[in-house]
Amino acid sequence: MTRGASAHHRSDGPQAGDAGAPSHDDLVDEKIIVCYYVAALTFLTISMLAGLLVALQLVHWNPFKGTELLSPGRWRMIHTNAIAYGFLANAFLGTLHWAVPRLTFHKVFSKPLSWFIFGAWQVVVLSTAFGIVLGPTFQDQPWILALAKKWHLPMNLGAQGLEWGETPFWIDPVALVGLALVAVNFMVPIGKSKGPMYVSLWYFMAAFVWTFLTYAMGNLLPEYAVAGTSAGAIGGLFIHDLVGLFVTPLGWGLMYYFVPIILKKPIWSHGLSLVGFWGLAFFYPLQGIHHFLYTPIPMFLQYGAVISTIAVELVVATVVINFFGTLVGRGKEFFDNLPIRYFYTGMVFYFITCFQCALQVTFTFQKLIHFTDWVVGHAHLVMFGVFSLWLFGIMTYLFPRLLGRPWWSRSLCEYHYWLSAGGLFVMFLDLTLAGIFQGYYWSSLQPWDASTNGSQPFWITRVFAGLAMFAGLLCFLVNLWMTARGAEATDPLPARAAGTPTA
Amino acid sequence: MFESKSGIFFIAGIGFFLLAFLGNGVVPMIMYKDRHEQTAEEVVNKRVMAQFRDLAQRYPESFQNAFGEPTEEACAEALRLGRQLYVGEGCWHCHSQFVRPVSNESRRFGPVSKSEEYDNELQRPVLFGTRRVGPDLSREGGRRGNDWHAVHFHKPQVVSTDSPMPEYPWFFDGSPDKPNRRGIAVMTYIQWLGSWLKEYPYYEELAEVKGEQ
Repeated sequence: MTRGASAHHRSDGPQAGDAGAPSHDDLVDEKIIVCYYVAALTFLTISMLAGLLVALQLVHWNPFKGTELLSPGRWRMIHTNAIAYGFLANAFLGTLHWAVPRLTFHKVFSKPLSWFIFGAWQVVVLSTAFGIVLGPTFQDQPWILALAKKWHLPMNLGAQGLEWGETPFWIDPVALVGLALVAVNFMVPIGKSKGPMYVSLWYFMAAFVWTFLTYAMGNLLPEYAVAGTSAGAIGGLFIHDLVGLFVTPLGWGLMYYFVPIILKKPIWSHGLSLVGFWGLAFFYPLQGIHHFLYTPIPMFLQYGAVISTIAVELVVATVVINFFGTLVGRGKEFFDNLPIRYFYTGMVFYFITCFQCALQVTFTFQKLIHFTDWVVGHAHLVMFGVFSLWLFGIMTYLFPRLLGRPWWSRSLCEYHYWLSAGGLFVMFLDLTLAGIFQGYYWSSLQPWDASTNGSQPFWITRVFAGLAMFAGLLCFLVNLWMTARGAEATDPLPARAAGTPTA
Repeated sequence: MFESKSGIFFIAGIGFFLLAFLGNGVVPMIMYKDRHEQTAEEVVNKRVMAQFRDLAQRYPESFQNAFGEPTEEACAEALRLGRQLYVGEGCWHCHSQFVRPVSNESRRFGPVSKSEEYDNELQRPVLFGTRRVGPDLSREGGRRGNDWHAVHFHKPQVVSTDSPMPEYPWFFDGSPDKPNRRGIAVMTYIQWLGSWLKEYPYYEELAEVKGEQ
């Protein structure tokens, strides 16, 4: 704790009490953070456009009907993969280059390695995109079909048939090497640091191990080792672990880092931090099968997954309580301080997600809402409402520091927040309702068209909610562009509102 | 232990992950380890062959160019390619392949899915699916004719007015009566789904499709 706390005081540059400690400029390579963020925002833009395309298809407004390379089926996978690997992974990696050296007082293992990973990761993401979009077009090659026949393997040039594991098989090895190098690059400074580790580092360290293992498990086993129901169990584990063991620990680790820095006070309860971390580590991986309830996967495994899911929601509640305990007495920051507002909005959404999850995971709910838009709403709530908002908050905090000047426009910052959070919340409510309607249309045995026609009002609302979120992103990009090129600011975001620590 | 590097790395990082993997992944693997995983050649049956021959008769020129003669070997190849396209085109993101024992699904689609139905190389990775914009397809084979599927893939709204399904004109050489190799493969794959069931189909009483001739 003490080491972590002293790192916190360094948040605005070296201070008098830190004599002998390495300076910020020695520790942090700011350039690579900016590059990661630019890549992340580029892929976020692509992902949102892909989502828009699919949304337009569902309401019969797709302007590119019948265009093979803009097929909504393929771009649906671009949408999800660009968020997971293009946006979240890049934004997390960039932020880790800030947080890990400052927490450990040690540089990352190797600066050239960092840049190599940066390049390699963009190659992975772009190849995935090209593979998904072009793969099916070139699938009908005699040599690849001959290999599929010889080895009895799928050999899809395009996507693999596992959600978030769509990364074509020929990229998987590169991605795995990349993830291993990421682990090495950040584990070395963590290993060099002495004494008990601060909470953030628990989460980061575990996440590096988990992400590698999860990616290897999900992309290799169902493809090469097992088929059928067992592959379903592993597939469930993979899509679950990717959120729970890659995105979630990195996200919470960064919250444990940034919230105390900005509020300039320690986390409320160290005990609850321990409960939160170890509870997540133990219960979260046990739940993969809850994605496939009522399948032929053995029922006792399904029951186990449901029970541990409900258990983890209690654990999660302790983390949320811990952070709100930290905010007590400083509630004004929620309104005045933009990064804090992003973080705590995300935490409210996180609590809703988890509360919803404890209900929807039960067999009773699953009867109705499985396969419906309810689940899509849930996914957007967690990936955008929680982790994307957190990363927007972190970017809002870091960009003025990385670029050396305040945000160009305060109102654009506000618009970014309100359009993102508001649009997301409308989309979540809309899709959740749509899911209930769809579930009842299906179980009441009405013709299938009744469910798609009945979904139209919800799907149209979703298009506009998505457009609002996209408009929020455009505000952010314009603001970033004007800030970066040093345009004269008439209405800058004061440092205080951009999260400068207050006494 | 709870805050030390080795504790986090070995217990939380590797230990808990492996524990969950054992419980959730290895247990079903062990339970099903004696099941034989069928190859694409082994899952070709009379019913899908009837559909395959039907495609050859309906679209003789296209079929000849794509697969030559409607042999079982060619059918297995079509199934493989069809499945690759089913995955690559993202069909599985809007169509599930399992019928649940709840919500009247067995009345809408057919018998509840059983584990052994998935023991074949075309279920690598398994295509349970997670979302239904369109209906479940695991009982789709034989439900509709190949001409219906051809028109539907080419422009779904022609036969299903309000369908939000995208068009797949690249499965055809210009018009729905000229499916190319990809089109024939994907139709064969769809007609195969569910063809392995004992009771089959509910919708058409064609002796040939039932595999009785």
